[in-house]
Amino acid sequence: MAGGDTPIVRVRGLVNRFGSQTVHDGLDLDIRRGEIFGIVGGSGSGKSVLLRSILGLQRPRAGTVEIEGRDITQMSTEELRSVKKSYGVTFQHGALFTSLTVAQNIELPITEFFDLEDATLATLSELRIRMVGLPADAAAKFPAQLSGGMVKRAALARALALEPRLLFLDEPTSGLDPISAAAFDELILYLQKNLRLTIVMITHDLDTIMRTCDRVGVIVDARMIADTLDGILQNEHPWIHEYFHGPRARAVGERS
Amino acid sequence: MSITQSLDGGTLTLKFTGDCVLDRLPEIEADLSALGATGARSVVFDVGELTRVDISGAWVILAHARRLNAAGIPTRVDGARSEHFAFLEELARGEQPPVVAPAPTDALQPWERVTRSVGVWTLRRTGDITDGLAFLGRIVTMFLSAGRSLKRLRAPSIARHVYETGVTAMPIVALIAFLISVIVAYLGADQLRKFGAEIYVVDLVTIAVLREMGVLLTAIIVAGRSGSAFAAEIGVMKLNEEVDALRAIGMSPIEVLVLPRVIGLVIAMPVLTILADAMGLLGGGLLSAWLVNIPASQYLQRMQEAIATTTFWAGLVKAPVFAALIAAVGTYRGMQVRGSSRELGRLTTVAVVQSIFLVILADALFAVVFVEIDF
Repeated sequence: MAGGDTPIVRVRGLVNRFGSQTVHDGLDLDIRRGEIFGIVGGSGSGKSVLLRSILGLQRPRAGTVEIEGRDITQMSTEELRSVKKSYGVTFQHGALFTSLTVAQNIELPITEFFDLEDATLATLSELRIRMVGLPADAAAKFPAQLSGGMVKRAALARALALEPRLLFLDEPTSGLDPISAAAFDELILYLQKNLRLTIVMITHDLDTIMRTCDRVGVIVDARMIADTLDGILQNEHPWIHEYFHGPRARAVGERS
Repeated sequence: MSITQSLDGGTLTLKFTGDCVLDRLPEIEADLSALGATGARSVVFDVGELTRVDISGAWVILAHARRLNAAGIPTRVDGARSEHFAFLEELARGEQPPVVAPAPTDALQPWERVTRSVGVWTLRRTGDITDGLAFLGRIVTMFLSAGRSLKRLRAPSIARHVYETGVTAMPIVALIAFLISVIVAYLGADQLRKFGAEIYVVDLVTIAVLREMGVLLTAIIVAGRSGSAFAAEIGVMKLNEEVDALRAIGMSPIEVLVLPRVIGLVIAMPVLTILADAMGLLGGGLLSAWLVNIPASQYLQRMQEAIATTTFWAGLVKAPVFAALIAAVGTYRGMQVRGSSRELGRLTTVAVVQSIFLVILADALFAVVFVEIDF
């Protein structure tokens, strides 16, 4: 693990409740610098709520969320903005702005924080487009003209706009065919290695977990069980066992 | 960041020192553009002394090198202490961005550009009109085929639209009809007093409200409220692929989405018009009683004398026609939405503007026809 010992993301005693439904009850989580951390959990187990809490899009009922040692739950809007500058996010369905071209989508966060000339902006968006492996002519296209896999890549390019050290990916390979999904896994590994990123991803894709993740966190019983990939595979919790050794998981195992 | 230049036998060495990162790009941009042409035959980029460098900074330096290469000057990156440069050179070896072809319009003469845009506009309008007529045709044929059974007409859906476009619009329609007729009566009384003919205020208000204003005001309010709502609702359904889902199930979007809205509005508009008529007459009556001293009994009597039996119907008969126009334009524009949220906003605006225009155009046609047939 590159970097110091302090975790880049540190969640302690997180509680989220909607009405009578408790989503998280004292959830703890540490993300180490330079790792790829996969978050798994059943539908409705609060993966997206956890992500929204870490991103500062939603204030938890209790608990602390520290990003690089700073507690974002107690921050002013202005401080939170500076934290938001340091991470990149992709959403499950891309969430590209439909009225902007791919290049404009990538340039939007850059122009929000820096005052640059158009030529430099175009140079920077071209770099992001190359980094995620999109063809150069994708720059001038609108999101509606892209295929599903290209939307995911364009969303990743936008997430990389401000050179984040920390990247959050919500279901990066969902809705992709296996070949595109595998290519996307390789892209994540390639970028993580070259940009020395820390990546947190929510995913249901066992292939992606096996291929990319250093550690895995499973949300069960409103808490998080985190371990190395091997550790999680040997975990005896019934849900975790079923998840990684159920019929679909076995099929994945047999294939690889 | 700063750049020092040294020229040695035709080779220009650019020595970069300091931070070359995204935050500093505005300075880097200025420094690089200040370099200008030096007449060097080759350029060396010495990046070994940079304290910090990130890929954006490195890429901007490399982009400058590529520009020099394109101008026929060979370049070399030296002292590459950062692996960023290697990673980026790997990326840069990929395909080059396509050279954007200059738009053909640049080569045209000004007058050619004018005729060209007139032509484009004409073709687009013609297409718009034929598409619109085709849509109208689809509504009518669907109505004729679905009209045979109540189930296919979707009575619950029609009821919902009657409620949303009619019942909930009643307060605003009533208020506006009342206020406008008060204004007309007030201004009319002011003028007619000069001739001592205040009593004709009653004729003015009655005929204006019943023939024109009641139905026209209602149509404009409904176009703003419901025409825009139709376009936005159906537009979002298009963006969410809900319309495609309907088609895939084998249901016709015209039957499920368009027809109930058209029928609902055709039912609701006449009701709203009658309300607007009543409120308009009430407003005129109250004003006459207060300002012109025409008591209610005299107002009612004069009203009877002023209007022919057809006056009320001359206004009301227009309501369903206006309603069909507004609903058809709103749903048609909604069905045209594709791709982006901006389209949705644009077409919603078009729906409102166009339906108001068509309503007024239709009103003018009615006026001519009514005069010709003496209705």
